[in-house]
Order: sequence, then C-alpha cells, then structure tokens
Amino acid sequence: MIGFLYFAALVILANVAVSIWRVLRGPDRADRIMGAQLIGTSGVAILVLLYLIHGQPGVLDLALLMALLTAFAAVGYVKSQSADGCGDAELEP
Amino acid sequence: MIADGLTFGLMSAGLFFFVAGTTGFIRFTDVHSRLHALTKADNLGLGFIVLGACLQAEDGWTVVKLLLVWLLTLAAAATVAQLIARSALPPEAGR
Repeated sequence: MIGFLYFAALVILANVAVSIWRVLRGPDRADRIMGAQLIGTSGVAILVLLYLIHGQPGVLDLALLMALLTAFAAVGYVKSQSADGCGDAELEP
Repeated sequence: MIADGLTFGLMSAGLFFFVAGTTGFIRFTDVHSRLHALTKADNLGLGFIVLGACLQAEDGWTVVKLLLVWLLTLAAAATVAQLIARSALPPEAGR
C-alpha cells in the first residue's frame, strides 16, 4: 500500500512539472495563473498522500492552508485585471 | 483488505483525472478549453484521492478534515473558474 501511495504522489508530482511548463510558456496571463492553480491543487493531493504515508496529522492542516492560498492567489489575479473582479454577470443588463 | 482494494481503485481514478486534466491543460488550444480541463483535475482528481484517503483514515475526525480539504478546494475552484473565465473574455464580448 505504501508503495502505491508513493507511486501516486510521484505521478501527481509529474503533473506539477508539466504545469510549470504551461506557467512558463503562457501565452495568456490567465494561463499562467491557471497553471499556478493546478500546481496548488496537485500540492494538496500530494500532502494528503504524504499524510497517509507518514501518519502525521499536521500535514492535513498544511493541505488546508495550501488550498486556501491557491484560491487567494487566483482571486488576487482577477482583482489585478479589474477592480470589481471583471463585473457581475447577474447585475449587468 | 476490502478498504485497501477500494482505496486502490478510487486513487487510480483520481490519478486518471489528474493526468487527463493536465494533458488537456497542455494540449487544448484556447483559454476557456484549458480552464475546462483544469477544473476536472481540481474537482474529480482531488475528490477521488480524498475519498480513497478517507478509507485509510484512523478516526472520524480525520475523515471530517479530509472532506473539509476537498470541500474548500471545490468551492474555491468553482468560484475561481467563473472569475478567470470572465476575465479572459475578449473586450468585444461586452463583459
């Protein structure tokens, strides 16, 4: 079981490497922040797997923190594009 | 033993969605298609991995915390996908 968990973590780590290529390449700024978001989600999955491998409860708190920071990074990007977060579809005619 | 088998199957499904999402993220041609591929990895990939991990957890509180990790990622990914899709629209789309 431990071997399979390590294998799963390695596969997700390979996903992180591929996402970094997209962050470097672009071409759009939205692509780069989406790559960062995929890296964040993959990091959460890797931390969950590491918790199962090592059994340390603190690692799960790190996973929660990483999920939170990833969301804030993307919201920060959208706010940098326009102050009202590119408008509200429900409010516009 | 049964739990181990279920974990194996669920995590394999999670890995499949992660790999499929990343492949789409690399191969698709425009921003909104790539966003579509990205949300599959976010929601289903992490979801299956967390479900598999829940079967290996020692007590109920750990299961609750694992599900909280997933719910936070689900809520964040859904909100952020809407925000990024709207910010990536061309100007003539009238956002």
